[in-house]
Amino acid sequence: MPGTKISQAAGDLVLNRVSKYYGDFCAVDDLSLTVPDGSFFALLGPSGCGKTTTLRMIAGLEEPTQGTINIGSTDITTEKPYRRNVNTVFQNYALFPHLSIYENVAFGLRRRGIKDVKQEVEKALNLVELGHLAERKPAQLSGGQQQRIAVARAIVNRPEVLLLDEPLGALDLKLRRQMQIELKRIQMEVGITFIHVTHDQEEAMTMADTIAVMNQGKIEQMGSATDLYESPKTAFVANFLGQCNLIKGKVQSRAGGKAVVTAKSHTFEVPLSRVSTDSDSVLLGVRPEKLRLDDRGVNSIKECVVMDRSFIGTSTQYLVRAPWDQEIVVFEQNDEGLHDLRVGDKVSIEWDAEHTFALDGAQDINAGADLGDDE
Amino acid sequence: MAFLHAATSSHSNSKNALRSRGLTPYLLLAPGMLWLITFFIIPIFSLASTSTMVRPDGAPLGQYVQKFRFQNYIDAFQANQAQYLRSFIYAGIATLLALAIAYPLAYMIAFKSGRYRNILLVMVVAPFFTSFLLRTIAWTQILGDDGPVVSFLKTLPFVTDSLRLTATPFAVVSGLTYNFLPFMTLPLYASLERIDPRTLEAAGDLYANAFTTFRKVTVPLSMPGVVAGTLLTFIPAAGDYVNASILGNPNTKMIGNVIESRFFAVVDYPTAAALSFTLMATILILVTLYIRRSGTDELV
Repeated sequence: MPGTKISQAAGDLVLNRVSKYYGDFCAVDDLSLTVPDGSFFALLGPSGCGKTTTLRMIAGLEEPTQGTINIGSTDITTEKPYRRNVNTVFQNYALFPHLSIYENVAFGLRRRGIKDVKQEVEKALNLVELGHLAERKPAQLSGGQQQRIAVARAIVNRPEVLLLDEPLGALDLKLRRQMQIELKRIQMEVGITFIHVTHDQEEAMTMADTIAVMNQGKIEQMGSATDLYESPKTAFVANFLGQCNLIKGKVQSRAGGKAVVTAKSHTFEVPLSRVSTDSDSVLLGVRPEKLRLDDRGVNSIKECVVMDRSFIGTSTQYLVRAPWDQEIVVFEQNDEGLHDLRVGDKVSIEWDAEHTFALDGAQDINAGADLGDDE
Repeated sequence: MAFLHAATSSHSNSKNALRSRGLTPYLLLAPGMLWLITFFIIPIFSLASTSTMVRPDGAPLGQYVQKFRFQNYIDAFQANQAQYLRSFIYAGIATLLALAIAYPLAYMIAFKSGRYRNILLVMVVAPFFTSFLLRTIAWTQILGDDGPVVSFLKTLPFVTDSLRLTATPFAVVSGLTYNFLPFMTLPLYASLERIDPRTLEAAGDLYANAFTTFRKVTVPLSMPGVVAGTLLTFIPAAGDYVNASILGNPNTKMIGNVIESRFFAVVDYPTAAALSFTLMATILILVTLYIRRSGTDELV
């Protein structure tokens, strides 16, 4: 039986100015993106940010309204899904309920007319450590097992790019952690480009080499997990990845490698390399774990009041109110001399200049704040 | 089992509560059981006993005595072989036609109808708002000599002017197909609608083109609907007599017509009863073989 003719494209995946409209609604807005060959790439964003649409356009399940998609030098923008050497792990696995696990994994190989079906299927099943379940039906497997079969079914075809659409969304927390490590191991073993779509920032940070944070059809920022967390470039990224304290302020001077910013009649210092705007109106940011309940640092706020305190094992989380009535989150490590603070106590907070960053002040200070843990 | 479990797990309850809980399932079953006994079990035994009766010499019409004459079955079958065969052939053709018409229809409603889905489903069921008899009689007009179908066909070059459609096998099979179409469409729709569209996308993702996806995924997943639909069409169609008597001629008689005339015109109850039992048994055997072969029990 002659197999389906499939594109042999290889190389980096490049999206060039891709847009997708549904009527007047813009799901993906002029998005350009390069995913290096062999990397583990995550598209992270809240639901409705366009990340799944982007994935479906790469898979060929949606056609871009504008723009082109290339793998290496081959344009695959309008190539039919069944001719692309791209495979998808679907959100709810979409295994074929009428076929055995073996036949599920063999499906793609048979369509392409591959000869060594048996050997390839066994190899793929062993990769996900489920070789002993080959004769079962999907309904007889647990969620975690189905998930791994979905990965095996896609990977057995040795695609150039593997797309994962919220693949761990239906699993419980413990299993999800386990599968994160598992997927990372598989990716290293097979060396295929993985594009992982998720709304779970922790999942993206654990697994991906590079993360693109998406919001309203655009990429807000792209980089390694550390880059995004330590040096966010927008208020959305700062709030969506972990927690962040942002304070509106004004740049007074830029000299000697640092900027001096005044906010609410306090003066703070920021390294110039961490100021991502030319505007004088800025949002001053600092992560909660960088704050200390002390008053000796370069940047400090005195006369704060403890509003709430919760002990969570490795750290204690304080919610303190600044003199200008803004609430600030502080994480204190439980390593040395516990501050035995109670609600209502007066405290000062301080942090180092190099932990501060400054963003363009024209943004919504709460962008992305309550989106991280929905769904 | 559930009853046993309930009884053993409620040691501490008072005896009274235990007894009432134990009775509840039987009380709930009672109306249905009573109905079945009155209208199914008793009649079927009376039919069975009638089937081996004989009419004594000189007795008036409709009077029979029990003689356990099993030869009745052989006599009845031998006299009506042609009608038996015809029943199963007509029902078989009607079932295949209904499947061919209903599958694309159900597929369209399940996957492509969007917000018109409910309207289309109502349209499938709408014929039930009119009597079965009236609808069948309407077909005599549709297929009549001056009706739209014949008039249209006569405009075609290779059709002779003497063309008639009423009182033909074609009319009977058309009537059967039409009347049982909803029984085919609804189960097909139900099983197609249950297919997760993502499994179809997954097939496309795994190098299957539209036709292969249909053949390898859609069809196997809709098999429960195909089996249910064909049974719901074939079984009543094989025993039907209305279509043959309204749309047919003496040479298109089905076994249902024979049974009907034996009961009500000839008043030959034993033969009618024997024919009924033979029909039931044949259908039962065919259905069992069919379900065995299609192996749909594995699907769920």
